[in-house]
Amino acid sequence: MAVNLRAETLTFLRTAWGRAYPRVVGMQREKSWMLFDVFLPLLQVAAYVYIYRAIGAPPEFTGFVVLGGAMTAYWMNILWSMASQLYWEKETGNLELFIIAPTSRMAILLGMAVGGIFATTIRALGVLLAGILVFRVPMAPTSVPALIGVFLLTLVALYGMGMLMASLFLLWGRQAWHIANLFQEPVFLVSGFYFPVRALGFLVALGASIVPITLGLDAMRQLLYPQMMEGFRFLPVGVELGALAVLGVGFLFFAHRALRFFENLARREGRLTLRGQ
Amino acid sequence: MGEARMGHGERVTARPSRLAESWRSLKVAAWLGWQIESNWTDPFLFAVYSVVKPVAGALILVFMYLVVARGGLANPLFPYIFVGNAFYIYVNGVLLGVSWAVIDDREHYGMLKYLYAAPLNICTYLVGRGVAQTAIATVATAITLLFGVGALGIKIPPGGVDWGLLAGALVLGLAALAFLGLLLGGATLLTARHNYFVGQGVAGALYLLSGVVFPLDVLPQGLRWVGKSLPVTYWLEAVRRALLGDGGNEALRALPTGTVVLILALSTVVLAVASVLFFRWAERIAHRRGLLDMQTMH
Repeated sequence: MAVNLRAETLTFLRTAWGRAYPRVVGMQREKSWMLFDVFLPLLQVAAYVYIYRAIGAPPEFTGFVVLGGAMTAYWMNILWSMASQLYWEKETGNLELFIIAPTSRMAILLGMAVGGIFATTIRALGVLLAGILVFRVPMAPTSVPALIGVFLLTLVALYGMGMLMASLFLLWGRQAWHIANLFQEPVFLVSGFYFPVRALGFLVALGASIVPITLGLDAMRQLLYPQMMEGFRFLPVGVELGALAVLGVGFLFFAHRALRFFENLARREGRLTLRGQ
Repeated sequence: MGEARMGHGERVTARPSRLAESWRSLKVAAWLGWQIESNWTDPFLFAVYSVVKPVAGALILVFMYLVVARGGLANPLFPYIFVGNAFYIYVNGVLLGVSWAVIDDREHYGMLKYLYAAPLNICTYLVGRGVAQTAIATVATAITLLFGVGALGIKIPPGGVDWGLLAGALVLGLAALAFLGLLLGGATLLTARHNYFVGQGVAGALYLLSGVVFPLDVLPQGLRWVGKSLPVTYWLEAVRRALLGDGGNEALRALPTGTVVLILALSTVVLAVASVLFFRWAERIAHRRGLLDMQTMH
């Protein structure tokens, strides 16, 4: 029994590492991608910075935009490399191999998440540093450990959500592409990527908190710009930390259940190998 | 399409004129593009999908403005931002619709090689593939503007709109975007792993440099000059003058409206010639290097 558990754990970890590996190493394959991955979001960030400057916003708003612009990298990674990933695998013929492999599908999702976090963090850091340098963003965190804690909890909850979405997307064909596309701008809006989410009203912000970045961004902004955020605070940082922890555990639990349920459903409906639909 | 009789009684189909072939390619591509864009779901979800995304994009700007302005929408900059952003929907739709067709047909459906084996004009085919996106962008732009007028109180009285200028600017602007899309399509024929970045990069640069959501005057001097050399800048200036009566850019205020339209027209012609020449050149290189059926899994 103990041997079985050990062997299963080892297989789980090796699978997760095996799936994370191409995402980590893939970044070396085409180094120019990194340049584009930083440069493209920076164009959007720059446009929003100039809007704030045109309407005479305080300099902290530049910080709001740069931080939000860096976090877009994670949301895009969730949509296109977590949620839609099993759809891409289906299109390229890998999904069948995942299904017949003698390992846990959760380990595959975990590997996708870990590899995605690594690759995306480098991009997000690039956007953040370039934004700080180009636009001279003032940043003075009140508590670095709290800031790191919020950031890490946001990532755990966010990638848990990504794993859950990957299971849901398993059923879809071309819809997956379009739905992922649909979740871009509306989520940038309701999660307050470029302005404090409180501006949408408490209830909308509460509803948007299902996307962990909503709470994470609000908490990070409070820790970075406490004075400016006094008038825009959605919830106290402690409450947001607690909510992020609950979301993280909840998403991981439901991802596990959903993966089994939707895999069986897709199997029964013959959608696991249906391409180009 | 006509028929001719050869000397020993065979009936052969006469080759249609280039114009007829181009028109047919455009029509077929527009129909195909519409099927690809719309038939993945039911009409209701498709309508929601087509509208929610651009309206959400516009609302981001609205809330950014409201947070700073503390509720006041009276600043003339607000209609400037809103109208520019509404018409920018076309940039993504037309530009990426045309250039993305190369990737879609080559990589996803594997059909590009068959298109080259078929009797069609590839340039008009690619422009035709962008027609569906243009139609969707038109609906999204109209809904965004209606939302701005109805819900946010932006003043665009129908009696005050210069409809002739708006129509002329729209035709020229869409033509410029279609040709820019063709130029990107040519670049896409030659690139393997940068297809996505090429389109997004150009669209992003236009967003930043063409005075879409803030006046050119806010940009640093060097970037302002780049912005002044782009047709999209003059397109948006003409559209704003037609709808709002004022282009909003101090940097272009000295230009009479006729001059703005003339610059737009001339830059569109230059772009058209450059795009077709570049596409044909890229096509020859792609033929020679065997890139027309390239599969890069990206």
